[in-house]
Parts: sequence; C-alpha cells; structure tokens
Amino acid sequence: MGIDRRAFLKIAGLSTILGLGGKAAFDILAPGELEASTNAASPGAGKRWAMAIDARLVDDKVISEATSACHRHHNVPDLDSAKEEIKWIWEEDYEHSFPGHQHEFVSDDIKHAKFLLLCNHCSNPPCCRVCPTKATWQRADGIVMMDPHRCIGCRFCMAACPFGARSFNWGDPRRVTRVPELVAKNQGFPYNKDYPTRAKGVVEKCTFCVDLLEKGEQPLCMTAANKVKKGSFTFGDLSDPESPIRSLLRKRYSLRRKFELGTNPNVFYLI
Amino acid sequence: MYDGGKIIAGLIIGIGLLMSPFFYNAGKAAKAPERVLTEKAKQAKECILDKAQMTASHFKLLDEWRHTVVRDGQRYYKRADGKVLYKSLQVTCMDCHSNKANFCDQCHNYMAVTPYCWDCHIAPEEKK
Amino acid sequence: MLDTVLKGKQGYWGWLIFLLAIMGVGLGCYLYQFQEGLRITGMSRDVSWGFYIAQFTYLVGVAASGVMVVLPYYLHDYKAFGRITILGEFLAIAAVTMCILFIFVDLGNPVRIMNVLLYPTPNSILFWDMIVLNGYLLLNLFIGWNVLSAERKGTHYPSWVKVLIYISIPWAFSIHTVTAFLYAGLPGRHYWLSAILAARFLASAFCSGPALLLLLCLIVRKVSKFDPGKEQIRTLGGIIAYAMLLNVFFFILELFTAFYSQIPGHMHSFQFLFSGLEGHGRLAPWMWTAAGFAFVAVLLLVIPATRRKEDTLAIACVSVIIATWIDKGLGLVIGGFTPNPFGRVTDYWPTTPEILITLGVWATGFFILTVLYKMAVSIKEEVGA
Repeated sequence: MGIDRRAFLKIAGLSTILGLGGKAAFDILAPGELEASTNAASPGAGKRWAMAIDARLVDDKVISEATSACHRHHNVPDLDSAKEEIKWIWEEDYEHSFPGHQHEFVSDDIKHAKFLLLCNHCSNPPCCRVCPTKATWQRADGIVMMDPHRCIGCRFCMAACPFGARSFNWGDPRRVTRVPELVAKNQGFPYNKDYPTRAKGVVEKCTFCVDLLEKGEQPLCMTAANKVKKGSFTFGDLSDPESPIRSLLRKRYSLRRKFELGTNPNVFYLI
Repeated sequence: MYDGGKIIAGLIIGIGLLMSPFFYNAGKAAKAPERVLTEKAKQAKECILDKAQMTASHFKLLDEWRHTVVRDGQRYYKRADGKVLYKSLQVTCMDCHSNKANFCDQCHNYMAVTPYCWDCHIAPEEKK
Repeated sequence: MLDTVLKGKQGYWGWLIFLLAIMGVGLGCYLYQFQEGLRITGMSRDVSWGFYIAQFTYLVGVAASGVMVVLPYYLHDYKAFGRITILGEFLAIAAVTMCILFIFVDLGNPVRIMNVLLYPTPNSILFWDMIVLNGYLLLNLFIGWNVLSAERKGTHYPSWVKVLIYISIPWAFSIHTVTAFLYAGLPGRHYWLSAILAARFLASAFCSGPALLLLLCLIVRKVSKFDPGKEQIRTLGGIIAYAMLLNVFFFILELFTAFYSQIPGHMHSFQFLFSGLEGHGRLAPWMWTAAGFAFVAVLLLVIPATRRKEDTLAIACVSVIIATWIDKGLGLVIGGFTPNPFGRVTDYWPTTPEILITLGVWATGFFILTVLYKMAVSIKEEVGA
C-alpha cells in the first residue's frame, strides 16, 4: 500500500468525524486495494439469498438438529420462559405458521406437518423501514442484518415484523451461566467461543449465517438438516435462474408466510 | 448584594465539595500499569499497526473493524507487510492477547474507561 | 419569574413533597430496571410494548390538546381564551416531558439514545416523532415563557413569538398524527392498520386533554385568587362534547368495518378486548368500564343542562378521562399486539415495578405542571391585583 499506517489512522479518524462510513475510509486510503483486502466489497450485490424448506421432509430429528446447530453456533440461550424466549429458528404447526389458512378439511399430512420458521429476510422488510438508527437494514444481497452495537432497544422492529421473527433480550442473556435454574439447561454456554453473545436490551434474529456465507459456506440450519434428510433444505440465489433453488421452485408448489402483506418473504415452504 | 454572606459561604462549600476528590487523592498518584504481553504476542512481534499506534488508537481501529465487518461485510484486513487478517476482536486480537486481565483491563481501569465490548464478546479463559 | 415558584402555602409544598416522594420511588424502580433490563416488566416477545408506550401515546394527546385553547384565541380571536392559553401551553410542556420520559424508560439501551441523532433515519416514523415532540416542547417553552413574562411586565410580547404561536398550531396536530403513524403503518397489526387511527387519536386527544384542562381550571379557581372564568369553562365544555362525540363515532366506524366485513383478522383484537380470546379476557372488564364511562360522558355532555352545570360537567370530564385512558393507555397497545403474529394470545399485565416507574413519570409531569401553574397563577394574581 502506498500509504503508511499513521496516515491510515488520520484518514480513518477524519472520515469518522465527517460521518463517512468505514468503506469510505478504505476508498480514500487505497483505491483498488479494497477488493484485495476484503472478499466482499459490497457484499453479494445483485444476489437475492433465499431458503426453501421441504415440509414433507421436516421431522422431529431435522427440527432438533437444525435448531440446535443454529442456536449453539450463535450462542442463543435457553431462558426457559415463553415471554423472554429468544429464537432464531423454531418449530411451529401449520395452523400457527400460516394463520388464517387452515380450515377444517385440510389434508391430514398438512394438518400435522411441522414447519421450521425463521426470519424471512423479506425483500421489502418493514423492520428496516421503521428502525430509527439503521441498526437493522437490508444488505445488497437481500439479507436483513442486525447491528447489535447500534440497537437502542426501542423494539419498533418487533412491532413491524408480521412474522414474529425478532427476539428481544429482556435481560442479560449470560445470566444462564449464573441463575441456578437455568444453568443445567445451558451447560457450556456460550457454546461457540468464536461468536459473541448479545447484551441485554438489544433485538436479535437470524442472519442467514452471513458470517459463514462470506467464507463461502452455507447456513448452518441447512447443513444440519440435510445431514438428517437430504434435500430438506435448499439455500441459494434467486437472482440466478440456474441456481438449484430456482429450479426447485419451478418444479414444486411453494407457500410463503403472509405473502399478502407485500413484504416479499424469501423463505419458501414446499408442500 | 442581598444575602452576600450566605452566597459566599455557599460558594465556598460548593467549590470545596467539587474539589474534594482532588484533595482526597493528592500526593497518591497511581502508577501507570505496564503492558504485559503473552508469549504468543511476543513471538508475533508485529501487531496490526505499530506499537505506538496500537496504544494510542486501537479503539479507533476496532470501531472501524466492527463497522466494516458488521455493516459492510468486509471481513479481512491487509496489514502493511501484506499479511491478511480476519477482522475480529474475539477471534484475532484475543488469540494473541489472551491475557485480557493484564492486557486490556489493567490499563482501562487506570484510565477509568469501561468499554462494553465484553458484554457480548467472549473473553478468552484465563488461568488465575 | 421563577421567584413566584419559591413562595407558596403549606398545601403547595406538601403537594410537591408528595410528588417528589413518588418520583423517588419511581427512580429507585427505574434503577432496578436499568440494572436488570426490561425483564422486570410484564412485556414479552409477543406484547413487546406495554404500559410505557401506552402512557406515551395517551400523553401525546394531552400535549396536542393545548391547541384547543390556543387555536380559538389566535385564529378566531376568541378573546375569552386569552385568559387560559397559558394553562394550555403549560399543560402541553408537562405532557410532552412525560412523553419523552416514557420513551426513555421503555428503551432497552437508554445510554444509546443519541444514536437517533447520530444516525438520522428519515424513513423511520420514530425519527419524526422525536423531531415533532422536541419541537413542540421547545415551542411551548418559548411561547409560554415570553407571553407570561410580557404579561407580568404589562407589555406586549415580541412579534416573533406570534410567528412561533402560528407554527405551534399545525405542529400540535402533527405530534399526534405522527404518533398515530407509528402504529398505523405496520403490516399485520390489524387493530392499528387503519386509516382513521390518526383521526381517532386526534379526536380522543381533543376531548381528554381539554377535560383535564377543565378540571385543572376548577382546581386553580379553588386554590388561588385567579378565576379562569365561567365562559371559558363553558366553551371548553362544548369543545369536549364535540371531540368526545367524534371519538366515539370514529370508534364505531372501526367496529362497523371489522364486524360487517367479518374478516377475522379485523375482528380478533376487538373480540380479545371486549370478550376475550382463547380464554384470555383480562381486559374485557376494563374495556366495558371504558364503554360505560364513555356513555355517561356522552350523556352528560350532550344534554345542555348537565353540560352547562359545572358539577355535572366535572363528572363528565372525569368520565372522559377514564374512558379515553383505558381506550388508549391500555387497550390500544395490548389490543394491537393481540393476537400475536402466529394467531396466539399472550397475556400482558404491568408488574409492580413497571407501575411504580409509570407513576414516577406521571409524578414528574405533575411536578412540572404544578410549578408552571404556580408561576402562571401567581403572575395572573399579581397582574389582577
């Protein structure tokens, strides 16, 4: 690089004062070097990540493996309370996954099917629209991200999300290592020493494993589920007509939760 | 001036209270803590920036990192010598500086700053 | 002008000390909440806003209602209200302060509140709410202070104050409209997703606020030598009557749309509130109480004889306040979150610390209100003497 480190800090400091983002600092610092030092300049621009879950293949084992893979990697505690519950991916029945859709004559396999719900990473996300600090926003690749460093805990996003995909840290999540009744349920918490926990007072949710995607890996729920039932989960880029998820959606009938609200969910349920 | 005596007495008491921490601590300057490096950090020789810059501005760098990683998805950093680093306090920084108590806390306590990094990020386990 | 605040009778000091004590208890509970997080409240994943945000919503209405005395005086030259505009403005100051405090105590990360300014986000209604509320607070502070100090000196207030007064009139409408937009633009929350919500908010504001103001006028007359005036109270009564009728009318419009269309999502919240859903009916007695008081209020306000008699008018005002408070300060927020996005019902009820924090904020508002009213009334007495 044609610039010394002291100059980097000066530029970085100055650009912070001027309110420029981090990327701007890099651009001033070394135009062209940006791509070399990162593997995602404007992460996944043009992509539209989506997930398809085959309701026929989802069983208890798929559910427990997918949920625990996710929750252990992301250090999601078990707070043993429906009110304070934090969940990134969870099981739900047909009636409550698709409220208003059920009727008394719905087929038995659907009536008793189990669905795995997670953030829909909507293409038109109301949560991002309402956030007063841009603590939640949509990336160029469609992933709805959450910046826990910036969240003020106003919970407007939770009121705006029609899917109940967002959880709030009503208390310190790390209390599961201190409160005797919770310790047993959370042996080894935080499970993943390379991933942070959250602090009290911030909202959290599924990130489509953005940290793994950027390393070229796949979301953990999918990897875990497919180990149990091959093909139960498909993840891919909807903007690519040749992607496996697109060809799957061409072949199979799919449902999306509350599509009529116009948020354009990107999680599909194959029936 | 009405009630001049009361006002002056009040001022003296007020200023006295304000200054009390200075009087209390006078002549007891705390010694600046020494930087303690782990074996791994000593062997690495190079940090992200040079030592003076790291001491003075590590928090700016970390702020820059968290912003570019979380918000822009830029997860790698190219060091002056060309080495590429994974931008992570928890994974990269604390790998070498696994002695948080001596490396981070000691100086932060001395400077009376309480960064909230560790509310979320997991500190390495340290042998007491 | 603050000198007037420091001279008062025993009752005045006793009342302030009483409020301070409640504020102290509220602060103590808040420190506990600050330490433990919002888990000490009754809120949950499903009912993620509760008592605090409901009080906030109610009080935005009270704040906005100051315009109901300002507008007739300045735009229609209705001279009689000149005597009490200051009371309307000072009530607005106290109410907006409570609003801001309620938002603050509801935040999960209050220390980061400045992020709203550091990362301004015009697509968020909360950003605009922050602007209109703070703007309204400043407007009323400047206007109230300048008009009152001019009155004390026997001069006319500077002409730039007049400009601020004209700005403050549409601004008052904006604070409650923007607050309604916080709710009315959220997909999937049927109880709030209604074009008439902002109008309903304004109607309920313009009856509940003036009702409180009228009661305050009666108290002021009792405890001081300043009489807000018979005509003023009578006109306020008329305003309250019209606004309360509109408020009830708008609510019936909501009921019609929901129950004539028979769309389940539109009916659920009303069913939950008035008769319970899936066995959860804790709010039903409250909502029927509100309906009862609304009925009494409408009756007393519509019949000329009871509206013009101050005793019955006062009862009508108390009924208006109870009815609108239950509707907005309890039903609106809880009803909007029920049923949850999965069609399930989660109970919500404020906890003791939550109620004490709420009382603490109310006490803070009444402390400010008392001090401001003391100032206004002392100066009115001084000028009148």
